[in-house]
Amino acid sequence: MTFKRFYRDPASEGDMEATIQASDLHKAYPPGIRAVDGVSLSVPAGTIIALLGPNGAGKSTTVRLLSTLSRPDKGTAHICGVDVVVDPVRVRHLIGVVGQKHGIDPEATGRENLVLQAEFYRITGREGRRRVADTLERVGLASSADRLAKTYSGGMQRRLDIALALLHRPRVLFLDEPTTGLDPEARMELWAEIERLAAVHNMTILLTTHYMEEADRLAGEVAIIDSGRVVARGTPHQLKSELEGDSIQIQLSPGAGAAARDALGRVPGLAGVAVDGDLLRAAARDGAAAIPAALAALDAAGAGVTSVTLARPSLDDVYLRHAGRAFDHAPVSEAVPA
Amino acid sequence: MTGVRQTWQVYLRGVRVLWRQPAYLGMTLVQPVIWLLLFGALFTSVARIPGFHGSYINFLTPGVVMMLAVFSAGWTGMGFVEDINSGVMDRMLAAPVWRSALNAGTVAYGAFTVVVQTVLIVLLALALGADFRGGIGGVLVLLLVAALLGAVFASLSNAIGVLARQRESVIGAVTLVQLPLTFLSAALMAPDLLPAWIRTVARFNPVNWAVEAARSAAMQTTDWGLVAGRVGLLVGLLLVSAALATRAFARYQRSL
Repeated sequence: MTFKRFYRDPASEGDMEATIQASDLHKAYPPGIRAVDGVSLSVPAGTIIALLGPNGAGKSTTVRLLSTLSRPDKGTAHICGVDVVVDPVRVRHLIGVVGQKHGIDPEATGRENLVLQAEFYRITGREGRRRVADTLERVGLASSADRLAKTYSGGMQRRLDIALALLHRPRVLFLDEPTTGLDPEARMELWAEIERLAAVHNMTILLTTHYMEEADRLAGEVAIIDSGRVVARGTPHQLKSELEGDSIQIQLSPGAGAAARDALGRVPGLAGVAVDGDLLRAAARDGAAAIPAALAALDAAGAGVTSVTLARPSLDDVYLRHAGRAFDHAPVSEAVPA
Repeated sequence: MTGVRQTWQVYLRGVRVLWRQPAYLGMTLVQPVIWLLLFGALFTSVARIPGFHGSYINFLTPGVVMMLAVFSAGWTGMGFVEDINSGVMDRMLAAPVWRSALNAGTVAYGAFTVVVQTVLIVLLALALGADFRGGIGGVLVLLLVAALLGAVFASLSNAIGVLARQRESVIGAVTLVQLPLTFLSAALMAPDLLPAWIRTVARFNPVNWAVEAARSAAMQTTDWGLVAGRVGLLVGLLLVSAALATRAFARYQRSL
C-alpha cells in the first residue's frame, strides 16, 4: 500500500470533457431579482473565455455559482467533470478565484497571506514554504513579501490576489473584473500574465469584464451577458463577422444631413443609413468599394463632406447590438422634414 | 488534525494583529484600568456596609475581569464583518478551508485577548493591594473562567457579525448587553446586598456564574463544588453558543 496509489493528480481529471460546463443556471436573490436567468456555458481546456456585459448583467453571480460561493437555484455546473453542488470541496481544489474586491488581508504581510491560504489547501511544512516562496517570486513580490499588504500599491495588491488564487496550481482560474481600477501599465502586465497562464500552463480562464478591449485582446471566446442570460457567444472574430460588413462614418458640412440621407438611401450596397446631427452612419458589406459611390451621390446632392471613416466592426458594435443599450438611447435617425 | 491546524492558523492571524498594534492592545487595557481604579475609589465605602466582608479591591477584581471579558470578546464578530466587506471572506470560502476553523480560530483569538487583559488586571490588582487568597491555582481558575466567558461572547458576536454584516449591529449588541449583564450580577455588589429580584435574575446570568466561580476560587476560601458547577454551566453555554455561531455561518453561506 503505497502513498502513490492514493494520490490522484488533479491535472489528469476530466481532460476529455469541457473544463467548465454549465447548463441552465438560475439564481435569484430576494426580493425576486433574477441575477442569473438561464446561463449555459461549455469551455474547453486552455481557453480564455470572457463574460462581457454591463454592470448588473449577472457576470459576477455566474462566477459565484461556478466557484461554489453560491448555490444555483436551478441548473447544474461541473468543473473538470466535478459537480459544484454535489462535491464543492473537490471543485475548490481545482479552481482559483480572484474576486472583484480584494481578497487580501491588509494587516498581514504578503507571505503571511499566502501561508494561511496554503494551510487552507493543506499545503504545509517544507512544501508549503517552498510553494509560497515560488509563488511570490512568480508574481514579482519576493522582495516585498514581508511587508504588510496594506502598504502595497494597487498593482501589487492585485498581484498578491492572483498569487493567492494560483498557489495551489488550479486548473481553472476565475477572474472577476481583474483589471478594474488598475493603471494602464499594471493592466498590460496582467494581460500578459493571463495569456501566459493559458498558453504555458494550459489553464482554463474565465474572466468577466466590461472592457471590450480586454475581451478582444485576451479571449479566445466571448459570451455577452445581459439580464442574466447569454445573448451571444463565439470568438471575437465570429461575433464581429455576424454584424456583416463595415461601418462607414461620414462627417458632413453643417446642415447637409437631410439631403445626404436621401442621397445615400439610393446608393446600392449601403444599409442602415442614419444621420445624427452632421454625422452620417451607414453599413456596407464591402466598405471600401461603397465609398466612391457614396461620395459621388453626396456630391450630386450638394452635400459637403468633411471627413470619411471606414471601420471594421469592433466588439463594441457587437456588444451594443446584443446588449442593445446604445441603440435605445442614441438618436439613430433624425426625423428630417422633406 | 487538519481542522486543528487551520483553526490555529486563523487564531494566529488575529494574534498577529493584536501584536502589531500595541496601541490597540493598550487601548483595550485602559478601560479595565479605569474601571478598577474608578469603581475601586467610588465604592470604597461599600466595603463598610454591614453584610460586606473583606476589601473592596478583592471583591471588585473578578467583577471587572468578567465585565471586560464580555466587552472585549464581544468585538470578535467585527472581524467577520470586515472580512465580508473586504472580500477576504469570499476568498477563504472559495478555498477548501474547514468552515468551522473560521469560527473556532476567531473565538480562540477572542478568548486569548481576554486572557491577556485578565493577566494585566491581576497584576494591577496586586499593586492595589488585592491579596488573591486562592493563590496561583485560584488565579488560573480566574483565567479559565474569563476565557470561557470570553469564548461564549465571541461566538455570539460572530453569529451577529455574519448575520447582520455591519459594524453597527455588533457595536449595538455589545453595548446593549454589557451593562445590564454586569449590573444584574454580583460583579460590583455583594449578592446579599442585591435586591431580591436582581438576585433571582442573576442566577440565570452567565456573567454572574463567572463572577461567582472566579471570586470563590481566587479571592475566598474556595468552594470547589460551586466552582465546578459554574464552570460546567459556562462550558454548556459555550457549546450552545458555538452551535448558534455555526448555524449562523451556514445561514450566511446559503444567503450568498
